[in-house]
Formats: sequence, structure tokens, C-alpha cells
Amino acid sequence: MDESLAMAPDQLVQRHAQPGRSLLAILHAIQDELGYVPPRAVEPLARRLNLSRAEVHGVITYYHHFRTQPLAPVTVQLCRAEACRSMGTEALAQHIEGHTGCRFDAAHEPGATVELESVYCLGQCALSPAMMLNGTLHARVSPRKFDALFAAAGKRVEVPA
Amino acid sequence: MTRIYVPRDSSALALGADALAQAIEAEAARRGIEIELVRNGTRGLLWLEPLVEVATPEGRIGYANVEAADVAALFDAGLANGGEHASRVGVVDEIPYLKQQQRLTFARIGITDPLSIDDYVAHGGLEGLRRALQTDGDAACEALIESGLRGRGGAAFPAGIKWRTVRGAKAEQKYIVCNADEGDSGTFSDRLVMESDPYMLIEGMLIAGVATGATVGYIYVRSEYPHAIATLETALARARAAGWLGDSVLGSSAHRFELFVAKGAGSYVCGEETALLESLEGKRGIVRAKPPVPALAGLHGQPTVINNVITLATVPIIFARGAAFYKDFGMGRSRGTLPFQLAGNIKRGGLVELAFGVTLRELLDEYGGGTASGRPARAVQVGGPLGTYLPDSQWDIPMDYEAYAAVGAVIGHGGLVVHDDTSNLAELAQYAMHFCALESCGKCTPCRIGSTRGVEVIARIRNGDTSTRQVQLLRDLCDTMVSGSLCAMGGMTPYPVMSALDHFPEDFGLADHATKAAAA
Repeated sequence: MDESLAMAPDQLVQRHAQPGRSLLAILHAIQDELGYVPPRAVEPLARRLNLSRAEVHGVITYYHHFRTQPLAPVTVQLCRAEACRSMGTEALAQHIEGHTGCRFDAAHEPGATVELESVYCLGQCALSPAMMLNGTLHARVSPRKFDALFAAAGKRVEVPA
Repeated sequence: MTRIYVPRDSSALALGADALAQAIEAEAARRGIEIELVRNGTRGLLWLEPLVEVATPEGRIGYANVEAADVAALFDAGLANGGEHASRVGVVDEIPYLKQQQRLTFARIGITDPLSIDDYVAHGGLEGLRRALQTDGDAACEALIESGLRGRGGAAFPAGIKWRTVRGAKAEQKYIVCNADEGDSGTFSDRLVMESDPYMLIEGMLIAGVATGATVGYIYVRSEYPHAIATLETALARARAAGWLGDSVLGSSAHRFELFVAKGAGSYVCGEETALLESLEGKRGIVRAKPPVPALAGLHGQPTVINNVITLATVPIIFARGAAFYKDFGMGRSRGTLPFQLAGNIKRGGLVELAFGVTLRELLDEYGGGTASGRPARAVQVGGPLGTYLPDSQWDIPMDYEAYAAVGAVIGHGGLVVHDDTSNLAELAQYAMHFCALESCGKCTPCRIGSTRGVEVIARIRNGDTSTRQVQLLRDLCDTMVSGSLCAMGGMTPYPVMSALDHFPEDFGLADHATKAAAA
């Protein structure tokens, strides 16, 4: 899809705001298409659903899953919850910050190539630590395993298909 | 033709099962060996994943922790005939970890192809629904009460009472909502149902609809479970095509039922039932004040059964085998079985379904085999992020809702997270408050503000201000949160905090007597 057309907020909302869909479901559909929910979509969404802009903005910002800017090309979501903590996820997080030169949960600059995000439970608690790398799940992640996976993800980004 | 099984659940996938399955097919083709590759669910023996199985005359032979790179060597060793190899673990059904379990809810898991309706029906599927369709709704609710099934999400409210309330409510539209927002760290049994035996959950929800008169259902799944969502969507499409759903459930024109998957968006508090309903309505997941209870005014203000995945997934076997059969398992007022989830620093992590009454020590030693690190276990958090940390002295208490409540602990959703002797319980207590601050919906003050103040007080103590005044401040804060919060988020975050403080004061830099004096 042409980028400018995909971004046109009115058409975007029209495409996804099917009758019977809740605001949450519409936001999912938008994010599934674009990778994020553009702030410019708030106004047409509010109009379409007969809500205030504050209500739409409130829903977008309430849920951790929704983002208002595009993902970095390499996104690491590392589980920081109890089961992973018991298996050294905090040390792994330090390793990842050192290895990538980025900080977890820091607001990333547009155009940044790597983003590190803390998440709380990926349901792999018998195989900790767990993480998602560009949406793919990995379990029993050691620093060495991370380095190998990260290098492979970086290569895929540098050579566009 | 040799039948080879490679699991398709997300644990196996996270360890490379897709690449492994491809490698097995390619290697078999290269060698001219005819195989049928089945993507089964997990057996729940997660420490063995990816667990490849081969059907042989002696039974299904397992090969544990297999990687794609091992495949050629496995075929050299005679994989197709169950040949000897370092990764061979023998007949999977005979592995004591599995054989000694009492698998009622999880009877089919890992044995079948999760998406095959034929497999499901061949292994006892739909028997419960067929019985329910022949039963009057009142009798169905009574049968569930009789079984003693209590809500497996954590609150342990009798499921049948909830159903009867919804059945008795007068309304045009009633709903069945499945709470699949399994956000507790250390738990994955809901995920295993959805990924490895989804038709069981669908059948349970259909029975709930038939029994209560509800005609629409939703499964609210957390967005962190994309594989579960995809499996459920496929299962629902197939169930619909097979005539389970729609205007006549299994051909019974007296009952119609529609079922949909709804996706959460990364909010822990949406596991609380009223916040979940708000979220399902498309709003922010803010907790509602109760009453009214959801059974009378739930989704869109209509009477709603809202049950956890395991609760609904256990319904089919209760209807298939009878309330008395199920009730026969367990102890006291905790009837039936609970799928315990061995997680964290544990050697043999996985799903262990047993009747209530087993002890933590049995689970840790006989099933878990000690810690993954090989160091002594020190604390076990039972029941998720809002559960108590139990020290060694409490590991012989039988797993029973009332016995746990008597020592201020909860069984919750049955997750056990083990920490070894390198753990710092003060750090974990501070994390518990931090997590509450991150996830609080913000509606009530004790939770919204108390959690942030809690992080600060614990940080001060950890930084050396171990005065009685600070410790007392923390205890008072926890007391306010327990008594004044609207839901379990703020109301139970003090459980891990206080248990850490009471049982592991040395981690806070406190001498034992100082905390006891402050507690007095």
C-alpha cells in the first residue's frame, strides 16, 4: 500500500472502523496494518465513534500494547517479571544494554535502529528468560544466545529484501 | 509410514520447533523414509522441549531438547524406529513426571493435534456437551455446584453458583466471557489449553451457554499470546464449519451460540473481571465497583458468566464423567484437580496436574527436581505477582484454598515461581510495588498512590534507613492498600511485600528482632 494513502487518517479509520467493532479492536486493526497508531487518527476516530478525543486518546495511552510512533527496525521485548528474574533476566538486561548501547524503556528517537522494551510475562515461565525479537518468541535466552539472535536480526535489517 | 510428532505450542516454537519440523521432513525425504509429521500440542513437560515423539509398537518414544542441527544424527540412530540416542527419553507416557499426574482437564494435551476435530472427538471430546444438551439448564447448574468446581483464575468462587445466578437473571441477552488474560508471571496453564487443546475451551463455553441461556461468548486473550490467539481463531472457524456454533448447537435447534476471540492490549489489571469487561467494551480497563456483580450486570450491563480458561476447560469432563467423579478428587472444600505450573528457577519446569492436597515440597522435589541453578531453593512465590513468598518452613502445607488462606497465602492460578539462595527478597518486594505502580488502573487511591510510595519506602530501607519508623511506615502502607483498594491489584500487592519482610528480613538489612518488634 502507498505510504501516503495508508497514512491518510480518514481513509485509515474508514478502513478499520467496521460496524460492531469496539474502539480497542479498531486500534488493533490500525496497529496491525501500520505498526503503530498515528496520533492524527484520534480526531477521525472520535468523530466516527461519537466519542470525545480525550476518550480515544485515553484508550490509546492506557494500554501498553499501543504505540504512537513506528517501531524501530530491531525491537527487543524482554520479560522482566518474577519467573524471568529468578533466572537472571536483570543481568541479561544489563548485558543487552551494554551490547546495544541503548536503554530499556527510553523514549527512542525517530530513526533509531534499536528499541529495548520491558514486558511483563510472555507465558514462557518454565523456560526463562524469555523475549520477543521483532515479534518472534525466544526462550531460555542467555547473553550468548541474545548476541547471536541480535546479530542475525541486524543483518536482516541491513539487507532489505 | 512412521508417524513423528513435533509440538506446535509456543514453548516449543520459542526453542526452534518450526525449523526442527522442517529439518525432519527434509531429512526423511532425503533418505526416502515415508513419514507423517503431526504438529501436536505440548505434553506439558516443558523442560524437555522441543520434545520429538515417534510412534512405535511400544508406544510413543520421546527425544528431548532436539534442535534442527541434531536431525541427521537422530536419523542415523534410527529415529524412525525409536532407536537409541543420547536425547532419547523412552516411552513418554511412562515418564514418572507425567505418569504420576492426575490429568483430568489436561487428559488430551500433547497427545492430539490441537486443531483436529477428529482427534478431539476420538479422545472423548463433545461427550460433556452432548450430555448437557440432554439436561435441563437448572440441573446443569446444580451439577456444576455439586462438582465443587471453584473459579481457577484465583478468586476460587464456586462456578456453579455464578452460573445459577446468570440463569436466574431475566434479560434479553446474556453473555459467557472467558478470562484468558493470563498475566501472572509463573503461569501458563491457560495458554496450554488454548494452544494445545482449544476445542475443550470452546466446548466448556458452549456448555455454559446451554446451561445459562447465554447465546454469545467472548474469549478475551492477552495480546502477549499471539500463538494462542491464532490457534483459537482457527479452532473457532473449524468448530463453526462443523456445526458446533450458530443457530443450532450440534444440531440442537433449542440452543444457539456464537463465540468470538477478543484481543487484550497489554494491561495486567484487565485480568480483573470488571476491568476485563470494560476493556471488552472497548474502553480503558478501569475496575468497576461491585455490586452489581457481573452475573447480574456484566458485559454491556447484561448478565454475564465470566470464568477463567481452566474453569471453563474443566467443565466438559465434569459433564462427561459426572459431578461425583470430579468431586472425588481433592480435599476439604478444594475439590478436583489443579494444574500447577512449575516455573522460574526449577530444573524440570512444566505443567503438573494433581488433586488438591499435594504439598509444595512434593511438587518442588519429586516433580521439579530442585532448582535449575543447582543451588538450594530459598523462596517460592505461589499464585502470581500478588501471591505470597513462602519460605522452606511453609512448604509442607497442603495445597488447599483454605489451608493456604490460614497462613495468609493464596493458591491463585496455581503458578509456582522458585527462587534460589542468590535471590534478594527486598528487591523482589520493591519490584512488586513497582509492578503495581505500572499496572494500577488508577481508580482507587491506595493502589494508585500507595504503590509508588511503596517503591520509595522499600528503596529507603534498602538504602540503609532501617529504622523502626520506616518499617512501620511500610507496614501501615500495606495495611491501607489491603483494606482500602477496590480490587486485588492494590489489595494483594502487599502479600509478596509483607511475606518478604516477615520471612526474609535480612534481605532488607534488618535484624530479625527489629521487624518482629515493629509487627507487634
